[in-house]
Amino acid sequence: MTESPFAFEMHGIVKRFPGVLANDHVDFASRVGEVHALLGENGAGKSTLMNILAGLYRPEAGEIHVGGKRVSFHSPQDAIARGIGMIHQHFMLVPSHSVAENVVLGLKQPRFFLNLASVEEQVDALGKQYNMSVNPRARIWELSVGEQQRVEVLKMLFRGAKVLIMDEPTAVLTPQEVETLFGTLRDMTAHGHTIVFISHKLDEVVAIADHVTVMRRGEVTAAAVPSKGITKPQLAKLMVGRDVMFLVQKKKSQPGDVVLATDHLCADNDRGLPALQNISIQLHAGEILGVAGVAGNGQRELAEVLTGLRNPTSGTIFLGDQQLDRSTNWMEISQKLAHIPEDRAAFGSVPGLGVSENLILKSFNRPPISTGWSINTASVRENGTRLVKQYNISTPTIDTPARMLSGGNLQKVILARETSGRPNLMIAVHPTRGLDIGAIEGIHNLLIELRDQGTAILLISEELDEIFSLADRIAVMYEGMIVGELPPERANLNTVGLMMAGTKVES
Amino acid sequence: MKWNGIDYRLRIEARLDNPGWVGVVSSIFGILFALIVGGFVLKAAGASNPIATYREIFKEGFGTFADWQAGLHAVVTNTSCPKGMLCFGPLSDTLVKASPVLLTALACIIAFRMKLWNIGADGQMFLGAWAATGVAVFILPDTTNRVVMLTVMALAGISAGLIYGIIPGFLKARLNINEIITTLMLNYVAYKWIEYFVVVGPWSIGDFESTGHFPAAATWPRLTEYAKQYPITAGLTIHPGIFLGIVAAILLAWILFRSRWGYEIRVIGDNPRAARYAGINLKRNIILVMGLSGALAGLAGMNEVAALRELNGRFQRGYGFTGVIVAWLARLNPLAAILVSVLFGGLLVGTKLIQPQGIASMLQGVILFIVIGTELLFHYRIELDKVELASVVVENKSLNDNELEEEISRDQ
Repeated sequence: MTESPFAFEMHGIVKRFPGVLANDHVDFASRVGEVHALLGENGAGKSTLMNILAGLYRPEAGEIHVGGKRVSFHSPQDAIARGIGMIHQHFMLVPSHSVAENVVLGLKQPRFFLNLASVEEQVDALGKQYNMSVNPRARIWELSVGEQQRVEVLKMLFRGAKVLIMDEPTAVLTPQEVETLFGTLRDMTAHGHTIVFISHKLDEVVAIADHVTVMRRGEVTAAAVPSKGITKPQLAKLMVGRDVMFLVQKKKSQPGDVVLATDHLCADNDRGLPALQNISIQLHAGEILGVAGVAGNGQRELAEVLTGLRNPTSGTIFLGDQQLDRSTNWMEISQKLAHIPEDRAAFGSVPGLGVSENLILKSFNRPPISTGWSINTASVRENGTRLVKQYNISTPTIDTPARMLSGGNLQKVILARETSGRPNLMIAVHPTRGLDIGAIEGIHNLLIELRDQGTAILLISEELDEIFSLADRIAVMYEGMIVGELPPERANLNTVGLMMAGTKVES
Repeated sequence: MKWNGIDYRLRIEARLDNPGWVGVVSSIFGILFALIVGGFVLKAAGASNPIATYREIFKEGFGTFADWQAGLHAVVTNTSCPKGMLCFGPLSDTLVKASPVLLTALACIIAFRMKLWNIGADGQMFLGAWAATGVAVFILPDTTNRVVMLTVMALAGISAGLIYGIIPGFLKARLNINEIITTLMLNYVAYKWIEYFVVVGPWSIGDFESTGHFPAAATWPRLTEYAKQYPITAGLTIHPGIFLGIVAAILLAWILFRSRWGYEIRVIGDNPRAARYAGINLKRNIILVMGLSGALAGLAGMNEVAALRELNGRFQRGYGFTGVIVAWLARLNPLAAILVSVLFGGLLVGTKLIQPQGIASMLQGVILFIVIGTELLFHYRIELDKVELASVVVENKSLNDNELEEEISRDQ
């Protein structure tokens, strides 16, 4: 069998964002008529690379060739003119408009008179051809998410896309919808289309892709490997890599009483699909339980349920002797329960308020910050000055709005606020994501210190190094379940990689 | 856009370095620029010299330096205001007008601080006026002690406004119904409510479209009542309403910046997600803040009927909307609202005699328009970029006001 020609090639692509090298001389190419999976953790640079291919970003260095010719894209319109279209995670559809209206939205032609009937016919024909019919007269809001995704695909096909980039297309779909999508993708490749499938879900990659390219921290760690010849654990290993281990000095843990106990905890995600299935964990004072897993396997929902941001559908949570449920006053227990949220800008801080006011977000409702109805300004300032100094937060003044701080300093503000109250339980979600090495080390030491003071820590992280070096016990999550638990001595990339891919390992 | 053969593109970026003076400068700049634009409109409307018109407005609204001098002299010598001089008359009229403006502005400020767009202060004020009237004319006997009467009227006005504010607050908190629509529409319900009672309905006296004069105890004491002892006070209609407003402003400033509740309000207004993360109850606060907002507007209504001494079919609409403008010009700061309200009171008084009518509303509109417009200039950096370097993604987070709705729907 002769290999088909390249649909596109990218050579030496470099893209920088403030503080991050998102793509470091990346080469990536895909052949006509294949499904090519681009695999990698969050922040590995997959979406950036594909946004460059789709004309949304301009690379600082590197070349793009389409059909053998060098091209330069200034906008997504340029890319689609060369037959490259991207379907983003968040659909770009107008809910109150019909399918056909959305399909022609943004097209330069026709200028004045829109023959919607003929568009509807064409959309209908396209849908039939690829076995994904959608009523072209239906309004977007009437459609399911799976159908909306089809509209996005049809939109691109209507514009003549030969190469279709799909950014985590299955993240919002039910298992049945995923099956349908995969059928469609196969039909499309049979018609000579090329699909780039961005994902961090190993199962799907193995199920649908012809070739896999793996990225990690802005670089390609495996290029165009045939998916037949590679196993899920191997892929997991390529994804999480084998970087220099962070070495953290720590004593053996001295586990105390049970601080957190959950029993058969279940919860749904934002789409109303089950995200947590029968999670039963016990966490003791003075130990760190590391939760590993590929993103999107329920870690976020677990953290949200434990901190009151999401209601469980069933199961129980105990913090010490106290049961946490709908009737819990979360503000009252916020002293005992610390939370480093996944998205520090969106959840952890109040951007318009000053640093000192951000530092009291969890303690503003009790002495010494407030007495009765009033807030004691002097003690707010004293608290701010003290924590800024103690945690080495670099800020012009303690009244500087939080939005002006860098990511690392903002994280320090959050850590200072959450740890200074000597919490019983700390839920730390990706505490070092996006930070530089120095900041990471400081945060790791702080977490160990907190543990030694008797705090129970649930550490959710995608960085296996972080989990290996910090955790006293390691649990692995897969599809909303804990698939196994290991002591760190027994954990290595192989076993954890297997578990992250859904294989149960006897502990 | 093409220029010199190079493709340029406008780029809007949020400024991170926003020092505190920016707001003040933008407000002052807005007013000045509005006066210039308004000058052209005045010119078009037939004024030969817009600057003279402005001077006239200022004189009518605040008096001249000579007026004040004569007034001070009269105070010191305990004589009456000399003939031909206005003394403190304009200032008194302005402060009378400023008091309902200030109270409705405070109503808007507390709601806007939480990004609750209550534009129904007008209706809440009407209901406050209605309830205060009901108490004064139909419930309490005419012989009631003045302090008791006015206190009960104030409480009635506050309660009516509170309930009228809680209705949209409750709908927002429980069902996530857009408060802009509900508060706006409830204004018309309130207008018709008053119309029913005093124009066609049970409270009108004969064909007068009015409740008739209130008993003396139900009216604000005015300075002119003391004209016998102090001749200078003759004709001065100033009453305690403005002090009520100032006290309310100070209280509101304390609540916002020195109390636990105010902290919660500011956190929710700035980042409802962080508020929920901190365990702050969004729904309760939405209802409470809309209640307080309505209560302040209701108090404005009581204040106005106690000053007018009757409730009639001509009870003036629009204070609630002036309150929106004042709240915005004051940068949602209750203390700054005192100053801005007095300025707007002067504008309302000073333009009373100017033809065509509506100059005051025109200027108000232009000021608000320009202040909000300059806000964009001050809070966002607008740059011309060569397209070569243009970034397509516009970071535009602070323009997204749907966060509160999103968080309400998540907060089961």
